[in-house]
Parts: sequence; structure tokens; C-alpha cells
Amino acid sequence: MLEKVEHRLITEDGRRIDGRALDEMRPVRIEAGVLDRSDGSAYIEMGKTKIYAAVYGPKEAHPRHLAQPHKAILNCRYHMAAFSVEGRKAPGMTRREIELSKVIREALESIVILEEFPRSAIDIFIEVIQADAGTRTAGLTAASLALADAGIPILDLCAGIAVGKVEGRIVLDPSEEEDKRGEADMPVAMAPRLGSIVLLQLNGRMTSSEFTEALNLAKKGIGVLYELQRKALGKKFATFTPAGEE
Amino acid sequence: MYRIGEKPYPTKIMRDKLYELILRGERLDGRGPYQYRPLELKTAIIEKADGSAMVNLGGTKIIAGVKTALGQPYPDTPDQANIVVNAELLPLASSFFEPGPPDEKAIELARVVDRCIRESKMLELEKLVYIPGRSVLVIYIDVYVLDYDGNYFDPAVLASVAALATAKTPLYEVKNGEVVLNPDIRPSLPIRKVPVSVTIGLLGDKILVDPTSLEESAIDTSIVIGWSDEDEMAAIQKNLQGLIQLSVMDEIIRVSREKSIELRTKLMEAIGRVGAPL
Repeated sequence: MLEKVEHRLITEDGRRIDGRALDEMRPVRIEAGVLDRSDGSAYIEMGKTKIYAAVYGPKEAHPRHLAQPHKAILNCRYHMAAFSVEGRKAPGMTRREIELSKVIREALESIVILEEFPRSAIDIFIEVIQADAGTRTAGLTAASLALADAGIPILDLCAGIAVGKVEGRIVLDPSEEEDKRGEADMPVAMAPRLGSIVLLQLNGRMTSSEFTEALNLAKKGIGVLYELQRKALGKKFATFTPAGEE
Repeated sequence: MYRIGEKPYPTKIMRDKLYELILRGERLDGRGPYQYRPLELKTAIIEKADGSAMVNLGGTKIIAGVKTALGQPYPDTPDQANIVVNAELLPLASSFFEPGPPDEKAIELARVVDRCIRESKMLELEKLVYIPGRSVLVIYIDVYVLDYDGNYFDPAVLASVAALATAKTPLYEVKNGEVVLNPDIRPSLPIRKVPVSVTIGLLGDKILVDPTSLEESAIDTSIVIGWSDEDEMAAIQKNLQGLIQLSVMDEIIRVSREKSIELRTKLMEAIGRVGAPL
């Protein structure tokens, strides 16, 4: 298949088409508290990927029969704007968006202390306004920050990033072209303080040793995002200074 | 008051019981932690389908059928046949399932099956193109869960792969720029790989393979890993809420690889292929 490709995705000296090193992520911008009506919100940019996340709740669960006597339920909607992709995406929920809403919700359920709010619901909305690879992990990163911004108790923030396999090499934070033409794409999200994975998917082929390399690379990227999340929170709540910062 | 992460009491009692057992290497149904339930696989059970298979994995029963048709390729893959996977969690399979269009669980199941087949490059989709960009074979795979006792992923992949591997599909030929049916022959689909998936449940740092529905209700989380062959994974899906400790990941991969080899051997016997497919 490789012969068909007109230009290589990785140069001889290990640079990627956008000039990044293999273990380099795209420029990131993370902000907390960007939407006024919601109880908590966040905005993230990773390269050209741009996403808003908002949290409403805890509030009464609707419909009532969904309420759980011992904990809150969490609803999550990951959605892409019609203009966020090449061409126009139909505005309704696609099967992909339904699946991603589920895996993102399950990731967040692992960190939110739902037992604090019996019989209630927490709604999380993730709106991708421009998609350029890595939207589920960036959306989850923003959603976890929005939960913290809403003051909802969580065990840890979680952050996510994709790792890819491109022309046999493991790369951090694949671009859209690398994602499309590469051999594998693996979105990973972790709660660093808990030393745990909250989201893990793989599309494409990898050996066990490549998987281990990819997971370690993801861990590195997640560490960077985690610090940016903490800084964004610190910036919003001026009286709050993350440990280890002046 | 419930403590953090604590389950409702009946579930908590079950979780504690399962954990106590797994520490001794035991499970409620007498299996070991890494042991699959008995697997039965039958192919060609629906005469009107191009390919079909029924899989019983313990108390979980799944049927998959393959139908094909002529169609247009997707714009981004003009030189490949299309695969369309649909899955239904039928209400007759469990009191947990309800009638209606596929919900998020059914959509997830279909997309995981799709990923195992597509990303493993199981089918030589390039060989099923008649006129590039205009006319290709469309392969529909429909998965129905008939009886549900946990772990629908692995039997759904087994049934789908068995149905595809044993399918006899119509042969189309290009004559004078037209795609026409050759009614005399029904060839098999061109197969490159035989993917299988392995579902692993987690209780803290303990692993249990192929969880039953009772176990699924009490485990902390689970993960499905699709293997395209002995050495390469093709798909992963962490499934259910809950944390996977990073320190267990190596063990998960090692066990799932081992189990995938075991499942593939059984699958190959059922579809009448011995040794590596090619």
C-alpha cells in the first residue's frame, strides 16, 4: 500500500509533515469557565481541533424512573457541528457520536463522585466546533475540566490524547492526515493521580510492544495536558494555586 | 451513605464475593479466571443468507448473517467494497433489552465488530470492486443477540467472522462497461485474516476472562481486545465505567493474546480451515 502514497508522512530525520517531532503534540490551549449560563464549562484547542464543554447539574433526574437511589446519573452528549468537518455533517447524532458519547460518559463516571448526589443527574455537553483529529480525547479533557469548574467533586481530573502508528512509527497526537493515512489510531485517557486508564480504544493494527510504547507516549502527553488543566483552573479561581506553583 | 465508588449493597456483596473467589483463582461457575465458557459454533444455518453462523458461548447465543448487494463505494474508499455492520440486542434475549431502534449499547457492539473486521483487514475488499468509484460489492453483516448471559462482543465477532468466512456470494462481472450477475458460480469471499476478540473483566487488579452477566453486574470495568492474528491487535474498546490500573495493562494484553490464539483455533475448526488463512 505504501508505494501508492505520493509523499511520505515521516521524513528521513524523523520529522512529521507539519514539522513536529514524533513525540510532540500540537499547540494546546485550555480555558475554564467560558460559558456563563452553565454550572461549569471549558474550552480546548489542540491544533485546529476546537471544542466547548459545559456541565449542568447536579439537578433533578429526568425522566424520574432513571434516578438512582444511591448516586447521581451522568448524561453525556458528544456532538459535532455541521461545519466542523470537510463537507457538511448532517446535524443529527450519528452512530459514531452515539458511541463516543457512551465511552466519554463511562470515562467520566469513573472519576465523578456520583454517590454525593443520590437521585440527581449531571448533564455534560461536548460540542466540537472544528474537528481535526483527536476530538474524543480533547472533548473528554475539556469535559473533565468543566466538571471541576462546576465544583462537582471528582477523584481526579482526567485528560486524554491519541497516539498513532504512522509508517511503522508511534506518534503522539496524530493530525487528521496522519490519522487517515496511518496504520493505527489509539485514543487514551487517564486519571494521572489514580494511575489509571479511563478511556482506551484502538482502531488499526499494533503489536504488543508497539502498544506498550504507544501507551507510554500517551502517558507523557496526558501529563502535559493535566498540568494545563490545573493551570486553567488556577487562572479562573485566582485564590486557588495548584500545589507546586508560586 | 455510600462511600466513594461503592455499589448498591446486593452488587457490593457480589463484588466482594467474586473478588474473594478470584484471589483463590476461582469463579462462581467453577471456571478459572482465564477460562472461557464452552464454545459451540455452527455455520450455514440460514439458507437464504449468503453466509450465517450461530455461536453459543455458555449461556450467550448469537446469530450473524451475511447478505451482499451491488452498491456505490464510499467517496473516501472508491477502490474498496463496503462493509456495513448492524447489531440488535433483541428483547427476547434478556429482560435488560427493550424493543426499538439500536440503542448506544447495540451501536457500540456493531461498531466494535466492524472495527475487528475492518481494521484487521480480514477481507480483501480491493478484490470486490467492479468499477472503481461506481460499483462495488456491499457486504451487510447483521448480528442478533438471541440469549444473553454476558459478553456479547466475543461471540458476535466469532459469528460474524464465521459467517463471512463461509459465505458464498453472487459473482458479478463487468461486460461492456456494465456490471452483470454470473448466475453459475457463487464464490467465497477473499479472506486474508481471521480476527477474534477477547473480553476481559477487571476486579481491582484481578483479571477474569469472558464474564457472565452476573459477573458483569459486579466487576469494576471491562475491556475488549480484537486480534487480527497471533501478533497484532486490530481493535480495543474499554467498555463499562470504571478504572483500569495502568499496572495491569501488560497482563491484560498477555492474557488476551493467549486466549485469542485459543479462540482462533476453535473458529478455524468450525469454518473448516486448518493452519494460517491466506
